[in-house]
Amino acid sequence: MHALHQVLHAFFNLHSFTLAMPDVWAGFQVNLRMMFVAEALVLAFALAIAVVRGLPGRGAKPLRALAIAYTDFFRGTPIIVVAFFVGFGLPGLQLGFISNRSFTTYGIVTLTLVYTAYVAEVYRAGIESVHPSQRAAARSLGLSYAQSMRYVVVPQAVRRVIPPLLNDFIGLQKDTAIVSVIGVAEAASLSQQFSTQNGDFVSYLVAAIFFILITIPLARFTDHLVLQRERKERALAF
Amino acid sequence: MSANGSGATPFVDVRAVSKWFGDLQVLKRVDLAVREHEVVCLIGASGSGKSTLLRCLNLLERVEEGEIVVDGQPLTGPERVDVNALRRKIGIVFQAYNLFPHMTVLQNVTLAPRKAGGFSRDGAEGQARAMLQRIGLEDKADEYPDRLSGGQQQRVAIVRALAMGPKLLLLDEITSALDPQLVWDVLGLVRELAESGMTMIVATHEMGFAREVADKVCFLDGGSILEEGPPEQIFGEPREPRTREFLSRVLAGGRMG
Repeated sequence: MHALHQVLHAFFNLHSFTLAMPDVWAGFQVNLRMMFVAEALVLAFALAIAVVRGLPGRGAKPLRALAIAYTDFFRGTPIIVVAFFVGFGLPGLQLGFISNRSFTTYGIVTLTLVYTAYVAEVYRAGIESVHPSQRAAARSLGLSYAQSMRYVVVPQAVRRVIPPLLNDFIGLQKDTAIVSVIGVAEAASLSQQFSTQNGDFVSYLVAAIFFILITIPLARFTDHLVLQRERKERALAF
Repeated sequence: MSANGSGATPFVDVRAVSKWFGDLQVLKRVDLAVREHEVVCLIGASGSGKSTLLRCLNLLERVEEGEIVVDGQPLTGPERVDVNALRRKIGIVFQAYNLFPHMTVLQNVTLAPRKAGGFSRDGAEGQARAMLQRIGLEDKADEYPDRLSGGQQQRVAIVRALAMGPKLLLLDEITSALDPQLVWDVLGLVRELAESGMTMIVATHEMGFAREVADKVCFLDGGSILEEGPPEQIFGEPREPRTREFLSRVLAGGRMG
């Protein structure tokens, strides 16, 4: 009983909780910034990669191959390894523009590289799920390939993949903690520091609460969208 | 540019066109000539090649052998064809409507004129509303397609194809997916188009309608045109045993209208 009491005290302790709060909150703002900047970049780059991967014709083969190589590499490499490459590799190159950036920027680059690969696959599934007759209708009206993608295929594809996109967004939000390995002062690393100084683990609980406050509403929102779509599809089926 | 107005040379000239899907030959040396303002109906069982022939005419399918000339422009020759420009003058309407579900009726109709036809937004919308009014659907302009009946959707699809001002309209079994009571709304619109002089090639199972509007009826069987002629002859005194057999089966199914 005594051991359990000690553990509980090490995690749940109102005094430490209030002490840890400001530090961890300062760190969590960095997580939020990385999350929003990376997500915005990911949504744009991933769509570009998915579209390139679907380009028709023999001429586009090298481009398609590049897009495939990109997704294969970054989906297959653990994010922590990518973080080391970016966080320690880019500064080592000693190229003024890319080598003198903040840790946070390298964190954003890491997250963007990795999640672009995941999200490109989500987009691709969405694009492929649009029935070929939609393309045929668009092309038959005289729209070019690019126009039929832009106005007909991609808008339908994106609507369909919003729930899985949100899922990846939740994943990305949590992985903002991983880039602390290259020295980003975010919530997880700051709570670790606080924990060492304060001799308990309450700061981790604070960090967990911050993350959960963001991810749980996102998860519920995703569920809501999935349910809505299912209902709509069922209504159409009858 | 138009190769003719008098009807001396055909507006659509299909010569010995063959096409394969893998090992299966779906079109066998098809010849077809359609003059301006003419309505040609293609009849025949499912799988006889009607749809494929239509899709070849606006290059949704590639022609492997033979020649197609539309409005004096060879589609199958060695020169590069501007397919987008070609398709602007050949409208097609599909069996399953294929409206864009994420766009309103008005957006469906104005998309191509605005993005590929050089219309301004106002110009395209004005034209679209006028056309929707003519078919009695002006109050549906801001609805999404899933709020419309099948017949309404199909009429919107026809208007969408007409919005580009095509010189030729291809109709691919456009009433096959409709409930019987909705068929006549759609056919009424097609009849009006025929009367206004639109050149049309119509793949259809509605024999009564074909008899009424067609200048020429072609019976397709196994990928080739087995018999063609004026509707009175095809429906009244078909020469080929296969045509007779097909028509008697259709009659038995009650599709003569």
